[in-house]
Amino acid sequence: MLTILFDGVAYGMLLFILACGLSITLGLMNFVNLAHGAFAMAGGYVTVILMNRYGISFYWCLPAAFLVTALVGAILEVTLYRRLYRASHLDQVLFSIGLVFMAIAAADYFMGGQQQLINLPAELRGRLDLFGIGIGRSRLFVILICAVLVVALQLALTRTRFGSQLRAAVDDGRVARGLGINVSTIFVLTFALGSGLAGLGGALGADMLGLDPNFPLKFLIYFMIVVTVGGTSSITGPFIAALLLGIADVAGKYYLPQAGAFIIYAVMILVLILRPNGLFSREGRR
Amino acid sequence: MTHHTQASEFLNARHRWRLWEIALWLLAVAAIFILPSQLLILTEIAILALFAVSLDLILGYAGIVSLGHTAFFGLGAYAAGILARDYVSEPVTGLVFAGLISGLFGLATSFLVLRGSDLTRLMTTFGVAMLLAELGNQATWLTGGADGLSGISMSPILGLFEFDLYGRNGYIYCLAVLIVLTFVARRIVNSPFGLSLMAIKRNPRRAAMLGISPKRRIVAIYSVSAAYAGMAGALLAQTTNFVSPDVLAFHRSADVLLVLVIGGAGYLYGGIFGAIIFTLLRDWLSVATPQYWMFWIGLILVAIVMIGRERLTGWPLLLAARLRGKPAEDAR
Amino acid sequence: MITRRHLIASAAAIAMLSAAAPSMAADTVKIGLILPMTGPFASTGRQVEAGVRAYMALNGDTAGGKKVEIVLRDDAGTADQTRRIAQELIVNDKVSMLMGFGLTPLAMAVAPVISQAKVPAIITSATTSAIMSKSDYFARTSMAGPQSAVPVATWAAKNGLKRVVTLVTDYGPGHDIEKGFTDEFKKDGGEIVEAVRVPLQNPDFAPFLQRVRDAKPDAVFVFVPAGVGSLFMKQFVDRGLADAGIKLIATGDVTDDDLLGAIGDPALGVITGHFYSAAHDSPENKAFVKQVKDTAKIRPNFMAVGGFDAMHLAYAALAKTNGDTDGTKLITAMKGAEWTSPRGPISIDPATRDIVQDIYIRKVEKKDGELYNIEFDTFKKIHDPFVAK
Repeated sequence: MLTILFDGVAYGMLLFILACGLSITLGLMNFVNLAHGAFAMAGGYVTVILMNRYGISFYWCLPAAFLVTALVGAILEVTLYRRLYRASHLDQVLFSIGLVFMAIAAADYFMGGQQQLINLPAELRGRLDLFGIGIGRSRLFVILICAVLVVALQLALTRTRFGSQLRAAVDDGRVARGLGINVSTIFVLTFALGSGLAGLGGALGADMLGLDPNFPLKFLIYFMIVVTVGGTSSITGPFIAALLLGIADVAGKYYLPQAGAFIIYAVMILVLILRPNGLFSREGRR
Repeated sequence: MTHHTQASEFLNARHRWRLWEIALWLLAVAAIFILPSQLLILTEIAILALFAVSLDLILGYAGIVSLGHTAFFGLGAYAAGILARDYVSEPVTGLVFAGLISGLFGLATSFLVLRGSDLTRLMTTFGVAMLLAELGNQATWLTGGADGLSGISMSPILGLFEFDLYGRNGYIYCLAVLIVLTFVARRIVNSPFGLSLMAIKRNPRRAAMLGISPKRRIVAIYSVSAAYAGMAGALLAQTTNFVSPDVLAFHRSADVLLVLVIGGAGYLYGGIFGAIIFTLLRDWLSVATPQYWMFWIGLILVAIVMIGRERLTGWPLLLAARLRGKPAEDAR
Repeated sequence: MITRRHLIASAAAIAMLSAAAPSMAADTVKIGLILPMTGPFASTGRQVEAGVRAYMALNGDTAGGKKVEIVLRDDAGTADQTRRIAQELIVNDKVSMLMGFGLTPLAMAVAPVISQAKVPAIITSATTSAIMSKSDYFARTSMAGPQSAVPVATWAAKNGLKRVVTLVTDYGPGHDIEKGFTDEFKKDGGEIVEAVRVPLQNPDFAPFLQRVRDAKPDAVFVFVPAGVGSLFMKQFVDRGLADAGIKLIATGDVTDDDLLGAIGDPALGVITGHFYSAAHDSPENKAFVKQVKDTAKIRPNFMAVGGFDAMHLAYAALAKTNGDTDGTKLITAMKGAEWTSPRGPISIDPATRDIVQDIYIRKVEKKDGELYNIEFDTFKKIHDPFVAK
């Protein structure tokens, strides 16, 4: 059934947008940021507020969500995260869980505990029928955005000056600094980029996945799976992992509704047993 | 002084009872009489403390970070609950049974934490817990599914003491279990086995060179820890006569990690102090701000990390060492 | 030496514990309200609390000659917390009644406590049929099992829907409602093409909706909890199920008053069966809606009315016992109580202590620029279908 495949791809793409920021912070900066979902939630709430209170078009909300969460991410990086790059993973886990709790309570305080809903513009609603495959317009939109993002990210990280500076800064901060690279600025920018992408994902996903204060915890598992299964050494790894996860999840729920939720966990554990550093990691590093 | 006597003196020093340990247990026993109206929350503290002690065994002594420790807690709770519902309703039997089941499950899953990085361990432990949670939710015929496991009625403890409404016997029971198991844990971690674990935690490669095999020791301590967590879960099921599906939920794993961090990992009592502080704090906050207590818990967590765990929980040890005129390293 | 910090910690702990000792006044009746105020079910807690406060604002705080005091505690939707809080409220705060319980397991967890302590507990939200038999001290003002599903089945069969797919959330209330609907619908000559169950934690409905679509039924009958209900609605429309000629019939959870505005126009025309609509036309309801909107700034939904009626039941019981707070007398006084609630006429079945109420068939329409569930058909005095038979 191609419609299921399509839905799975769209779902996977959305997961990728949500998780790719995490794969940047985790993979490149080696920081276990469980609060990643909180940034996605922030992006979602920015969209909800702008659309529902100020009537701003959905298309403008997407960059707005990206910018606002990127800014928030940058501020947090400078004030808090920066001090923990050298801390143990346990400290990072604790710190980011703390942030998640705070974000949940804050969202609850300011926005209320109910599901937030947005109304997409008319051209993104409903579905198209192409050769008998039902294609949801909003899902198609997600896929397009995601495809653009993947290409852009891959190019940015491998072909641009910024990308090579970043890789240099991560591999050996001291040497990079000695070469005149401003390591801390690079890290702020990267962290902001990661948060911003999460925010964008949250904005895009608000319609498909829903949005409530528990968003960061509800989807944490999905982000982590994408990143751990995909490995943290490239963008393509998480991308393929997200696609597989999306398709497996949707198809599993369609064909085997009873076992639906098992599949993803079982797959994750299996992959981690066989390849502890992820499916697509370059072995030998770290 | 030969190395041999030096080593045995070191071991003996670790075994020695400290004044505050005795004071703590005396206070805990005295609470039965001093605080008769607060026994329920004390019961909860005792259970959480046992759970945190079990996590300390693997985190504090073997350095394994787990995000799914509640898998064993929940499994123990369900094991004890199902046993009590369908077969034997005597609590101590259930406790041992739950410990065995969880311990075996710990043994079976311990190979998952042997490989990979911290992150891999986080995810595999997390994944195991989620898988169990899903299983508990699906197997309605056995676990009651999302409605929880009800219909448990516990018979008196050892056939003698009935669980009362004030939670008095429940507290005594949980406290007794906590005391016994903490003593056992104390013996384990202060034995040569415990020391070898800490050597592995500090530097696995060096430990291996000294002839300490990390794998078997980690498997052993992981199973013991799982059994402890299972017994904590059993206590919860037995004192509440109910097992809800959230015994396997993620927030419990996060909570117990938080508890241990508040109290400080690596000296067994951290879990107990952490449980006291955490439960009272949560109870107080949830009365003061029913809707937003999560925020303050989160803030505390962030603050602890920012200030530095070592600085917060390490200072009594530092101080003690300073007073004895030794450098801090030896106190650990 | 080493002891100091630990001693201070323990001393502080004891000080905090004893500071919490309760104060008691003889002419006060305390009611313990245990609700999920945090966590995924926080909106339930908020609605019920709003209903309870609205009742006290409208009817004063004395009943049976005693001053009524509410002690609100948050259980975060965690069953062992609910149980501990209930036990503490009974033992320490000496509450005469308990109220609340957002979810089935939370109510199940307190059953042994209230039976042992002989303290009545009024359930404002949890709906599973099985709860009531767990303790003789439960009374309920929310909904009894699949009460709202059965009339929908009757209505659907009567209105020419022959082949129906059921789609319910995979937990206790969902199973109850699935069975309630299926039994009744088959009895009325309908055919259940397929029964789909959706996991409780489900981010995306797409595969399930696709399954429904591929089964090509006349209609799909849906029960999902209120929060995700709105999400479901949107995806239902997006997937073009309505265009494919599949009608949506549901229990009222999907078109929850609290969220209806946010779902927006896609909800127009959806047929649901439920016990309460904020648009119910009666003076009692108008006063209730106004009060909740003024003080809590939300539109009351069926949870809020559950809290409101729980308070009414508590007041009525106290009035009947003349302020006697003996638990057994109170629960006896509750049996057979009958009154006009904002939702319409309701009563407490003396045999089961469960609610008996009218179920309305409603259609989502626009009224004064806002969306409401407009009632157009009534099924009178519905009992819990599982117990009545």
